[in-house]
Amino acid sequence: MIEKALIGTRRYWKWIMLLLVVGIIGFIFYLQQLREGLGITGMSRDVSWGLYIANFTFLVGVAASAVIVIIPYYLHNHKEFGRITILGEFLAVSAVIMSILFIFVDLGQPARVFNIILYPSPTSLLFWDMVVLTIYLMLNLLAGWYTLDAEHKKEPVPSWVKPLIILSIPWAISIHTVTAFIYSGLGARPFWLTALLAPRFLASAFASGPALLILLCLTIKKVTRFDPGKDAIQKVSQIVTYAMCINVFFLLVELFTAFYGGIPEHRAPFLYLLFGLEKSITLVPWMWVSIVLSCISLIFLIIPEIRRKENLLTTACIMVFISIWLEKGLGLVIPGFVPSPLNQIFEYRPTLPEVLITLGIYAVGFLVLTILFKVTTTVKEEASN
Amino acid sequence: MNRREFLKVAGLSLAGLTGWQTFNLLSGGAFAKSLPGVQNSVQKQWGMVVNMEACSRKAGCNDCIDACHRIHNVPDLNSPKDEVKWIWTASYDKVFAEQDHAFSNKGLKNRQIIVLCNHCENPPCVKVCPTKATWKREDGIVMMDYHRCIGCRYCMAACPYGARSFNWKNPRPFIKEINQDFPTRTTGVVEKCNFCEERLAKNLLPACVEACEEKALTFGDLNAADSELRRILNTKFSIQRKPHLGTQPKVYYTV
Repeated sequence: MIEKALIGTRRYWKWIMLLLVVGIIGFIFYLQQLREGLGITGMSRDVSWGLYIANFTFLVGVAASAVIVIIPYYLHNHKEFGRITILGEFLAVSAVIMSILFIFVDLGQPARVFNIILYPSPTSLLFWDMVVLTIYLMLNLLAGWYTLDAEHKKEPVPSWVKPLIILSIPWAISIHTVTAFIYSGLGARPFWLTALLAPRFLASAFASGPALLILLCLTIKKVTRFDPGKDAIQKVSQIVTYAMCINVFFLLVELFTAFYGGIPEHRAPFLYLLFGLEKSITLVPWMWVSIVLSCISLIFLIIPEIRRKENLLTTACIMVFISIWLEKGLGLVIPGFVPSPLNQIFEYRPTLPEVLITLGIYAVGFLVLTILFKVTTTVKEEASN
Repeated sequence: MNRREFLKVAGLSLAGLTGWQTFNLLSGGAFAKSLPGVQNSVQKQWGMVVNMEACSRKAGCNDCIDACHRIHNVPDLNSPKDEVKWIWTASYDKVFAEQDHAFSNKGLKNRQIIVLCNHCENPPCVKVCPTKATWKREDGIVMMDYHRCIGCRYCMAACPYGARSFNWKNPRPFIKEINQDFPTRTTGVVEKCNFCEERLAKNLLPACVEACEEKALTFGDLNAADSELRRILNTKFSIQRKPHLGTQPKVYYTV
């Protein structure tokens, strides 16, 4: 079935080439990072996690959001989702691959990565994250691939696939909960030390992931002869709407406790994030962009007449995606470190090599996604002929 | 298991038991002579008390920092972004921010306070490490294995005291004079104060304690009721950094 990815239009190959080039540029800069150390990034003694871990966190959310199409189809028998379940699963696969790559490039000693398996440490959430992410990757790859394979061969789906799909539902919740627990169990970081973090992560995941899925479906509709279906996209857009409302609500709840509660160490990172501290305002414009985009996207999504127009829905989904990337990426990781445990303010700015390595990983992820989607759409096109 | 195997196992076990006792007797006995207030029977728990008043007597004094960084091959990167430090100073209003207020003594507010790894009773860094590259020894010292660390920096996120440094670049060119008796570190691993465990093993006090002419640092066994450390804690008012987090730091400060 994989051979279907080898036959494509000129545009398809141009896109593949573009991804390869961006990926290779990222890899070249990763070699520089390997040689010189993580000092070539903007990370510092005080802000010791940055763009890589921010993207890792965000993409685990995108991966988890595959359940948004799995639950309605497999648990509630909503047939219209049948056309996009495999797309959801493959999106999860590529998002998990990117997450793992982001963790990997963040390691100071990547050659020793297998120490995590050699010396398993059940008290470490990072250990558990590795376990749940690896299994989630396998679940989605197997489920997606064998469902598609059955469709290709015009056979019924093997009976062992369905239990895997059902298992992937709680598993999706687990990957994002464990990822939130990496942060929310650290007494050292008042910004992250909130029980609301895991629910907030899930809400933002169920907004950003399906928003991306809608954008991908609309792209597929344009560039292939396979139509994921207006109904499916409309249903997913309703889910994005609810999730985005809950996400904004959770953020406001968090802000209430921080500002009304007024405990200095809890409030300081929020002040830094929204207004800046001691003239350090690097994150402030980005956060306000995120807030403004959230608000506009909510208006677009909540009004049915706007949501139903595909071009306006596209705009809304792009806004949701960027807004949550800012809020849950840099907006989550950096304020955890500012002010530092010694109440100092050290600002983080990603460097060019760091940004290019990040783009390289996205290119690899989208390459995997493109190949899997190409196979999927070709099989679906053939099936409908 | 045949007879031969049984004898092997039994013999080894016996040798192990007696060997362990001999070792205990030798090391424990030797320790007791040189370090004040150390007993053989109870497990030692190393701790330190910083006399903040004595520490501030000599303005601009960095003797303890220099001694520590020299013997531990801590590089001098001269950049707040990449710096590595095991022991350093920060002002009172930053170190004890929750104690500081608008009218607190001016002298105290700006006083430079020595900070280092607290060798916590409940170290969050140990809990989060995904490879057990950092662990707590029986004597309470929180140790690092520079060869097992994968450089994920989760411990740095978990430490409430900013005690940990990461080698953002190769530290070796930035070490003025390499001490051959202590390992240098490589790019991409985390490091921090080790309470001079390599010196304790040789019955020597930590380098910072030894270097301080004002005798502002007192090191000893918290489990020994007759130690100088316990005497100070018993007679003076002492504070810890961020005690509300439940980490139970073993570095104490007297005002």
